[in-house]
Amino acid sequence: MRCVANFSALTSWMTPTNPDGSPKVRSRRFVELILLIFAVGIGSFALYLIDPESAAAPGSVWMTGTVVLAGGSALIHAVLYFRARYADPFILPLVVALNGIGLAMIFRVDANLKDKVGNGQLFWTGCSMVLCAVILVFLKNHRVLRKITYTSLAASFVLLIMPLIPGLGVEINGARIWISLAGRTFQPGEVAKITLAIFFAGYLATHRDLILAAGKKFGPIRLPRLRDLAPVFVAWVISLGVLVFQKDLGSAILFFGLFMAMLYLATAKISWLLIGLLGVGSGAWLAYNHVDHVHARIYAWVHAFDPQVYNAPYGGSGQILQGVFGLAYGGLFGRGWGEGRTYLVPYANSDMIITSLGEELGLLGLGAILMMYLLLISRGFRAALGTRDAFGKLLSAGLCMVMVLQLFVVIGGVTRLIPLTGLTTPFMSAGGSSLLANWIIVALWLSISHSARAPHVVSTFDAPSGIDHVDDSYEPEGATSVLARITDSREGERNG
Amino acid sequence: MDRAIRRMWMSAACVFILLMGTLSYIQVFDADNLMDNQWNNRALYDNYGANRGPIVVDGVEIASSIPSNDEFNYQRVYSGSNAATARKYAGVTGYYSLNGATGIEQAMDSELAGTSDKQFYDRLVQMFSGHAARGASVELTLDSKLQELSADLLAGHKGAIVAMNPKTGEILAMATSTSYDPNALASHNNTSVLNEYAALEGDPQQPLMNRAIGGNTYAPGSTFKIIDTVAALESGKYNGQSTLDNPQNLLLPGTNTYLPNYVGGQCSTRTKATIEWALAQSCNTPFAQIAMDLGEDKIAQTAANFGYGQQLSVPLTVTPSVFPTGMDKSQLALASIGQYDVKTTPLQVAMMSSAIANKGVQMKPNLVRSVKTSNLSTIYEFSPEKLRTSTNPQVAEQVKNLMVNSVDNGIASRVKISGVKVAGKTGTAEIGTTGLNNSWFTGFAPADDPQIAIAVVYEGENVSAGAQLSTNAGKQLFEAVLNK
Repeated sequence: MRCVANFSALTSWMTPTNPDGSPKVRSRRFVELILLIFAVGIGSFALYLIDPESAAAPGSVWMTGTVVLAGGSALIHAVLYFRARYADPFILPLVVALNGIGLAMIFRVDANLKDKVGNGQLFWTGCSMVLCAVILVFLKNHRVLRKITYTSLAASFVLLIMPLIPGLGVEINGARIWISLAGRTFQPGEVAKITLAIFFAGYLATHRDLILAAGKKFGPIRLPRLRDLAPVFVAWVISLGVLVFQKDLGSAILFFGLFMAMLYLATAKISWLLIGLLGVGSGAWLAYNHVDHVHARIYAWVHAFDPQVYNAPYGGSGQILQGVFGLAYGGLFGRGWGEGRTYLVPYANSDMIITSLGEELGLLGLGAILMMYLLLISRGFRAALGTRDAFGKLLSAGLCMVMVLQLFVVIGGVTRLIPLTGLTTPFMSAGGSSLLANWIIVALWLSISHSARAPHVVSTFDAPSGIDHVDDSYEPEGATSVLARITDSREGERNG
Repeated sequence: MDRAIRRMWMSAACVFILLMGTLSYIQVFDADNLMDNQWNNRALYDNYGANRGPIVVDGVEIASSIPSNDEFNYQRVYSGSNAATARKYAGVTGYYSLNGATGIEQAMDSELAGTSDKQFYDRLVQMFSGHAARGASVELTLDSKLQELSADLLAGHKGAIVAMNPKTGEILAMATSTSYDPNALASHNNTSVLNEYAALEGDPQQPLMNRAIGGNTYAPGSTFKIIDTVAALESGKYNGQSTLDNPQNLLLPGTNTYLPNYVGGQCSTRTKATIEWALAQSCNTPFAQIAMDLGEDKIAQTAANFGYGQQLSVPLTVTPSVFPTGMDKSQLALASIGQYDVKTTPLQVAMMSSAIANKGVQMKPNLVRSVKTSNLSTIYEFSPEKLRTSTNPQVAEQVKNLMVNSVDNGIASRVKISGVKVAGKTGTAEIGTTGLNNSWFTGFAPADDPQIAIAVVYEGENVSAGAQLSTNAGKQLFEAVLNK
């Protein structure tokens, strides 16, 4: 007994506590600051190595790049200090490091191709970081987004339809996912994945109990009611629509995967996933047989080493095989920064940036980058676990799944695990809309993680474990949320 | 909901494990396979843009790699991009192109590229310094003066010249004509390389062929009589003064064909001839009789003793010379004067003279004097190596004297150099019924302390012009060595 008492004394000394004995929550802003210095350092060093001789010249890529990364980081760090002091300290440094490495690789590919993509990427990096800071200033609490559930759905439709409007939308490389505004091209789909996530999170947070409770039991499976299935059907139609009209397989997988994931998060019902997979299967079958470009993609994937496929002027396997060759050339240790032959791969700085990184940094470098993504996503899931409202949980975890799916589609695509589709690598690929959208996600994660970690009036210690701590101070509580709490607590008991 | 989130996280982690798995497969397990793919140009760019070591002759780099500003980091240049000089060495250096490599570039590729086992230390340094070390430099045994003289002597003709040190086997000159400019093939523009290669490949003069050692072997003509003579003397039945019938035309057994004597000398003046005189005048009929007397096996064995039918690498691959088997007497008679299906390379002929010059001992011919890494450590140094004993010293001595006589008193007299004893033998091999001949000269000098043994062949010349060209070339090469 003595021993135990001493031990608790020891731990209480280690863990700072409030006067009432509950553990004191630290803001961890200092940890974030130290990590940010490392993160900016990585990007800055990579930029420096591209051209060490001219790095010291005023206005050099190294200087401007470092200034933008450091300035943006400092701005967001400062905003967090005042507006979201308890935000997760790992998210921002991880993203800054990923963004810095991607930025440096784009400048590095520029150096070979005598291109100027890097300047645009640097500009959009700055803009995205400022946008992230602005969102954090104005978004006091992520729960206000629940109010725009249906606005988000409408926005998603508008965003997804924009590329199809004649005069506004442009077709690039066979995919009609771009719009042209004032001479610049944007990919509205990148933003649509956020608005769709907001809609799904809002809709499911409100309706999940109804979806769960209603419906006929059919053997071990409780079938949902048809009208509750409507949104599933809507998602399925959106995905197929994107696939057929925009000829973008990657986005279609992304949107449908997002909805399936959120449906599962909301209901924890495998049966729903099976229904979803049935939808995926039938959709894939329809697409393979009736959509030419999907058929061509899959044919090129299976027969990549066929000379006819390799040499095909459009839709052939030349791009992906050169990327795969680049990865093989990199091997375990990589060729070294700037020592690869990344210029042999088309889109070496956008769709294929992963192979560029793998070629120069090797499997070890790419493994480190994937580890950073996994950590980032884990922090997103951690925020989902920590936050008290169902909407926040769904949104944060849903956005995590968007990123996981996107990485799976991109990296799986360039490694021939799945057919290659043109998606960007989050934070790394050249492209302003992708960068902006992903930094918005960062702002949302930071905001959600703040509300997850911030000390509450009701101490977390007092609440029974397993219960979803719905903080209702910001939203009207209806019957549904009460039901939700009951369901969740039941579930928690079962787990416990 | 938290349980679902945890499960989602686990499935996300599984996705990452899956991705790491495919990346590992591509970047490690399947990497070698992918690097060998026909569409993967990276290894090609690395190889052809590598900082290859130079090929050096007499301290001058006849092939070197200089930095270039394209996807290849280095450009291979021959004789400092001087086409005229590069052509003189092209047969030996070969080329290093996107289309493949030949010559020393191919034979010494691993050393020049720095990938040989002995360059392990260099590669280790490279791994840590990040800078690719230059490949090893390969110094050749060639004598630039002799090599360029040989090329000049062949200019405007088809043919080959090989000169070697009979005591060591060092190849002092190996020229072939017609030649080509390897710089044009070393271009980094694949289309221009392919066009250039197609043009050279389609050229009826066959400039890409190294006539000295490969491809187009020649009938040795009368130079083969040296082997007949060695066989005769070794048999004990004959000596230099043995007298034989010397009919102007010899009816070949079992046929209606007559073998005529050589028309260029004095063969028609005697009906009986000693071996010494017959060799000096290059009379055919006495040697045909000797061969028929000794039989195919003895002649074949003697030819093999001098290197016929043997694989050889100098380190360029030498096409083995051929002495046919299973011949009837008439065919043997023709073979004994270096016609019928006897085929040889100029290097083989030079090796034959070298063996006579070196008291019957044939030294292994070699083109590479030394190989030095970029940090100047020597990983190969030439040392003379005996290839085989071709005949005994007594026979070698006698044959040498017969060859000296051939220059002093015979049809090789154009090679005579005042104050120096020169051994030599001419040869004229008919090319089918064209009326044209391949004109040979082989010999060594000085006869009693040989410094150089040579073989010269001019292709497709008429009898007298060819004889003049080949003996003149022999004389000039001897003088070049002896007067330096």
